[in-house]
Amino acid sequence: MSTPLIETRNLNVRFGGVHATRDVNFTLAEAELRCVIGPNGAGKSTFFKLLTGQVKPTSGQILFRGQDISKMQPHDPGRLGIGIKTQVPSLFNGLSVWENVWLSARRLNSTAQADRITRETLERVGMHAYRDVTAGLLAHGMRQWVEIGVVIAADPPLILLDEPAAGMSDGEVARTAELILEINRRHALVVVEHDMNFIRMIARKVTVLHQGAVIKEDTPDRIMSDPLIQQIYLGKKPH
Amino acid sequence: MNRFAKSWASAALSLAVGIALLFGLPGVMDDYTLIEVTIYAVMSILGVSLAFIWGFGGILCFGQAAFFGLGSYTYAIAVMNMGDSTVPFLLAIVVPALFAALLGYVIFYGRLSDVYMGVITLTVTLILFNLVNSTAGPEWRIGSAPLGGFNGIPAIPTLNWPGQQDEVLTPKDLFYVTFTCLLLVYLGLRVLIASKIGRVIVAARENEQRVLLLGYDARVYKLFSFTLGGAIAGLAGCLFANWGAFTSPTIFGLAQSAQIIIWVIVGGLGTLVGPIVGCVAIQWLSSQIGTQQAFNSNLVLGAILVVFVLLVPRGIVPTLGDLIDMAWRRWRKAPAPAAKVAAPAAAPMEPPRALAATETAP
Repeated sequence: MSTPLIETRNLNVRFGGVHATRDVNFTLAEAELRCVIGPNGAGKSTFFKLLTGQVKPTSGQILFRGQDISKMQPHDPGRLGIGIKTQVPSLFNGLSVWENVWLSARRLNSTAQADRITRETLERVGMHAYRDVTAGLLAHGMRQWVEIGVVIAADPPLILLDEPAAGMSDGEVARTAELILEINRRHALVVVEHDMNFIRMIARKVTVLHQGAVIKEDTPDRIMSDPLIQQIYLGKKPH
Repeated sequence: MNRFAKSWASAALSLAVGIALLFGLPGVMDDYTLIEVTIYAVMSILGVSLAFIWGFGGILCFGQAAFFGLGSYTYAIAVMNMGDSTVPFLLAIVVPALFAALLGYVIFYGRLSDVYMGVITLTVTLILFNLVNSTAGPEWRIGSAPLGGFNGIPAIPTLNWPGQQDEVLTPKDLFYVTFTCLLLVYLGLRVLIASKIGRVIVAARENEQRVLLLGYDARVYKLFSFTLGGAIAGLAGCLFANWGAFTSPTIFGLAQSAQIIIWVIVGGLGTLVGPIVGCVAIQWLSSQIGTQQAFNSNLVLGAILVVFVLLVPRGIVPTLGDLIDMAWRRWRKAPAPAAKVAAPAAAPMEPPRALAATETAP
């Protein structure tokens, strides 16, 4: 069996008395697309922060292509090739759309290459017409797309998307789903999302988090028909 | 004209004005006025050093006077011991830079917050002030240079041409050297800000978390900008010691530190020309107020700061830039940028190329 792209082993995080992540064992293969769902407070964002070095685990290991990254500096995961679109779009608000994406592309490329990648990326996410607009002035949906552009411009093998369709109209959600499927042709993705229709559009496998622990991994249809999941996640009682 | 073209056009204009002043002022000014303009240029270099680390690096340093004072004292002590000013001139830049690097390492690698940054830099400045202030006795000397305590160090030898100890700079030469230093510092910082390093420094000001997530070690970039700011302030300190052939502990003082911040606020945070304008305007005003007895100068300067913070919060240069931009657009009858930016929320979205590609795929 080949080495997984990312793997966590008995991952735990405690914030004082709160046990935010409990013995999470998670494995993602190269170029896989996985959705992670769970009610508010299930530990989804904490899980992403662990994978990107923003939070250090209390115990357990995070392996990226077999390399232990659990004790790395906050900038190391980005260097290794883990990109993240955060829940609230995290952009350089005072810089232009172009500069936001360019800074991502420029880290590993020459200026000429970064210019080309930036232009291609902005066209890919449909934001090239807004290249000179200050990022802080954009509408929410556009900020989401710019941030996706920032992430893919660095060409990381693993992309984490935290609620990429939040606050979008139905049309924008459909476009974002198409964009994610297109990105998945070259990159592995982990997508945290609440919108079940969105998950049905993109997911083949779903991981359910509850109270910091993984309680189930299965296809979207089986997850949504599981009585336990309906009870804890959708608020329905099993028949 | 896009923002990059506009930015470089304003830089070229500023440089052209600077070069014109460099060669024009000595021809039209008497020596006394030229000496006064020289101190404006010295202080402008100091102002630009804070303008860079605060306005572009987002590091509010209350202790820029510490590096200024260190540069001044380093030059004074070194030149009194060595005679020739070539090495002392370089030491006056290197010593404050190393001190800034050490201080910055503790702050940035210790991941201290902005509040602690302000407290630490202010405290370090006051410690240096008290330290130097209490070295008045004859036993306080480094080599042949007495530190002088609160009396300061008088009769500091003026810069000589490199390697030629007897060829001392005249006041006019000092004007040329100082003004050239100001132009070089300005040009160097403009080029730096436009480079990859400069863009990351600005990006870290905007959103340090995102910089880290992109894989840049923000601490390195912040330390670099802080150290460079210290070096530039040290250069200003060296030129200050040359200007009056005198330095004293008051340049480490709270008033000096506060004054640099006021220049930047009045001139315009986030610009390099703004603090030069702010520095010259405030310095000139201070000297004018100093010639009369009706108003206390600190009271007037305090009032000016309050007025600027409340009514012109962006400072002179950005506000003037906005007004010129507005007048230009009105003249060209072009739509204001705000209209272009406000539209996206309601404007029909351009579909991502990925969508178009998928739709046409079999």
